[in-house]
Amino acid sequence: MARLTVNGSSKSIDVAPDTSLLSALRDVLNLTGTKYGCGIAQCGACTVLVNGDAVQACQAYVGDLGDAEITTIEGLSGPIGDALKAAWLTHDATECGHCQPGQIMRAAALLAETPDPDDAAIRTAMNGNLCRCGTYGRIHAAIRTAATSLSDPAKG
Amino acid sequence: MTMTNHRPRPDRTPAPDAPSRRTLLRVMMGTGAGLTLGLVLPGSEPAAAADGDNTTDAGSADLAPNAFVRLARDGRVTVICKHLEMGQGVYTGLCALVAEELDAPWDSVHPAPAPADAALYNNLYWGPLQGTGASTSLANAFEQMRRAGAVARAMLVRAAAEAWDVPPDEIETTDGRLRHAAGDRSAGYGEMAAAAAALPVPDPDTVPLKDPATFRLIGRVDLHRPDAAAKIDGSALYASDIRLPGMLVARIRRPPRFGATVKSVNTEAALAVPGVKAVTPLPAGAGLAVVAEMPWQTARALAVLAVEWDDSATVTTGTDAILERYREQAKTPGTVVRNQGDAAAALTKPDSVAIEATYDVPYQAHAPMETPSAVAHLTDSGIEIWTASQTPTTDVLAVAEAARVDPARVTLHPTFAGGSFGLRARPDGGCARDVAAIARALAEQGIGAPVQLVWTREDEIRGGWYRPMALHTVSGAVDANGRPTAWRHRVVCQSILKGTVFEGPLMGDGIDPTCVEGVADLPYAVPNMYLDLHMPETGVPVLWWRAGGHSHTAFATESFVDELAHAAGTDPLALRLDLLRDAHPDMLNVLLLVADKAGWAAPLAPGRGRGLAVHRSRGTSVAQVAEVTVKDSTIVVDRVVCAVHCGLPVNPSVIRAQVEGAIVFGLSAALRGRITMDDTGAVEQSNFHNFEVLRMAAVPDIEVHILPSTAAPTGIGEPALPPVAPAVANAVFAATGTRLRSLPLRLKG
Repeated sequence: MARLTVNGSSKSIDVAPDTSLLSALRDVLNLTGTKYGCGIAQCGACTVLVNGDAVQACQAYVGDLGDAEITTIEGLSGPIGDALKAAWLTHDATECGHCQPGQIMRAAALLAETPDPDDAAIRTAMNGNLCRCGTYGRIHAAIRTAATSLSDPAKG
Repeated sequence: MTMTNHRPRPDRTPAPDAPSRRTLLRVMMGTGAGLTLGLVLPGSEPAAAADGDNTTDAGSADLAPNAFVRLARDGRVTVICKHLEMGQGVYTGLCALVAEELDAPWDSVHPAPAPADAALYNNLYWGPLQGTGASTSLANAFEQMRRAGAVARAMLVRAAAEAWDVPPDEIETTDGRLRHAAGDRSAGYGEMAAAAAALPVPDPDTVPLKDPATFRLIGRVDLHRPDAAAKIDGSALYASDIRLPGMLVARIRRPPRFGATVKSVNTEAALAVPGVKAVTPLPAGAGLAVVAEMPWQTARALAVLAVEWDDSATVTTGTDAILERYREQAKTPGTVVRNQGDAAAALTKPDSVAIEATYDVPYQAHAPMETPSAVAHLTDSGIEIWTASQTPTTDVLAVAEAARVDPARVTLHPTFAGGSFGLRARPDGGCARDVAAIARALAEQGIGAPVQLVWTREDEIRGGWYRPMALHTVSGAVDANGRPTAWRHRVVCQSILKGTVFEGPLMGDGIDPTCVEGVADLPYAVPNMYLDLHMPETGVPVLWWRAGGHSHTAFATESFVDELAHAAGTDPLALRLDLLRDAHPDMLNVLLLVADKAGWAAPLAPGRGRGLAVHRSRGTSVAQVAEVTVKDSTIVVDRVVCAVHCGLPVNPSVIRAQVEGAIVFGLSAALRGRITMDDTGAVEQSNFHNFEVLRMAAVPDIEVHILPSTAAPTGIGEPALPPVAPAVANAVFAATGTRLRSLPLRLKG
């Protein structure tokens, strides 16, 4: 048995410690908003927050997580999450959508650390998250919109 | 606006209204190809379609006038979408068409996927075949969906007229409400739905349509996607997200090389892994599947699965050798596709300058972010499949065969597709077929649980079904006045259609159009034009990919016309304008617009270059100017300016997104990824670390300019892809003087 703290609640799951966080989320806890894309930390589709940091869940293991607070797209809330989701809608940043939970989680970690990221900071932070539909420009614009709305809600 | 959530209903039995065996067989045989079925007659399908097999909240339809529109008493409109939403925004388009003519408010309209049904939901361009691809969705459904909405509106108007005892033409509709201005009566659509449902359904072919000047949703730039919210909060379901009670999971062991089959397998160690239920072969040399309770158990079992492969039909040739063979083949005449004038004679005229160039493109994987996946549940009453398919009605046949059930007993529940780009249109049924075979094998062992097959990324990258490798040899001549007089073009490209269910309907004259589309219809006014084709067989499974054959033909044609311009000492824009002067006006217009927006004639700093390309595909004309910087042999694309003519712009935001996306996808192939096989035939790439695609840091500034038009809409999902690679190659030439003729573009250091 292992314990995980996911989206604010403690979960007891019957998996081996070397089970990936991605599999624990998707296959055991049925939190399917976190996606599989490559399994080798090359695409970012499985990005979640672990104690606020963006982590690729396919390369994190249940036994290493201890009491860490894990946040998935299903549990993303608060001003940053709300601002990002609203900006994603404004910019029609989704196409197929499969990479987008990971993109949004990565962007949430970016804005938590860098509230007003410039172009280079956004490109650097988001470079590990692939989108085959090619929504990069819209994602970039949505992050800027979210950052603006967080710094001055009247403008958002 | 929220997306209908496709929660599976595991207890559902196959629908009695599934397509008849005869219909399905006709599709399979292609005997109905070319037949265009009009709007399905009202009343010819059960009203239950909206609650449609995989939606749970569209069931309260009170008005169901046709196969596409449902109106509930609360005013909610469900648009049953016959095309797969794979990111291209087709739900937005189909919903907008219905809502426009229905006069329904945008936030009352909700998309739901249509079940597989070739009679009701066929692609009107493809005969009795339901399908999404070749950028046909909005174009084929444009009038059909408008008429579907207009019929519903006409019934509501008549119901109100009868209820209020006023003439129907005195009733106005706006934003989901009916009003009789003089009598001061009004009602919401939902209130009138039941009364409307009791009326006869008007003929969709004669129901009046709106004057386009009065459109309020079509063409609106701020219409947001109805599927966005579910994709943003993680609730949108893809086939890989389906979870059914007791569901088992399957992973596959692919043959190490194409064509290898299982000679023998020792399953003892694999079956001893806790949780593992079965090891079973897959159809058609697709390898073996391991079935277990949990995915990590399949991984352990695959690690100890001992397979001996039969290599008697294995491809043991590398891509270098295949390309060399193509080069040899290109020295001999192929099947003539196009021949006007006398290109051979014109090429040798003494006062002409003749040039020849050879271009090649590699195999390409699709690499959608969601790998192919499907769920099957085989019971005594039939088989249910959850998957995202571009070709659901042929998948149903493949599933039926693999599961050994009657096609009428196959129920396909469409899910969202996490990208596709052609991959989910495998003529053999692909992943859905394989999971059906697994379900059958489990049933033989007395296991009736549902089972989910998810490909790993490695399965996808190494598994074939690639865009074919292609070689183009092109010769041309310009006369003393700088005018091109000859164009002789030879294509060597594997056929996608040959040997598939689509060969009969689509390859009538022995020429696979997917090999030559874009050259066979090259619009340039060159008096002596010749095209022939070789379709070699390699044993590597190939498939359509975004933009199909245009993805490689445009690289050759638009690079070569640039070479002709330089040979003639003419500006590449001026030459194209001259050669297109009698062709499509919209091609001229996109060229002129893109040249203006890009500042075609403005000087650039040393090391920078600007390249132009124009191409017409799926009825849509696209011109692009790429600006590149070359430094230390590295190509950086700084900017792509694009002008597009796609008929009436139904959803401008979706059009922009598709153009941006196609440019990014095309740049991945122009600059990064390719599939190669070593000289034993083994694929050398396996995942995103060695099959590279464009990341955000490399994305150029992209400007999209949409030409206004009132013509019927044409394709948009693909046509912005073909010009990218030649525009960049032409820009590299402008910057460096080096002509790159192979994709991906690489400058030698």
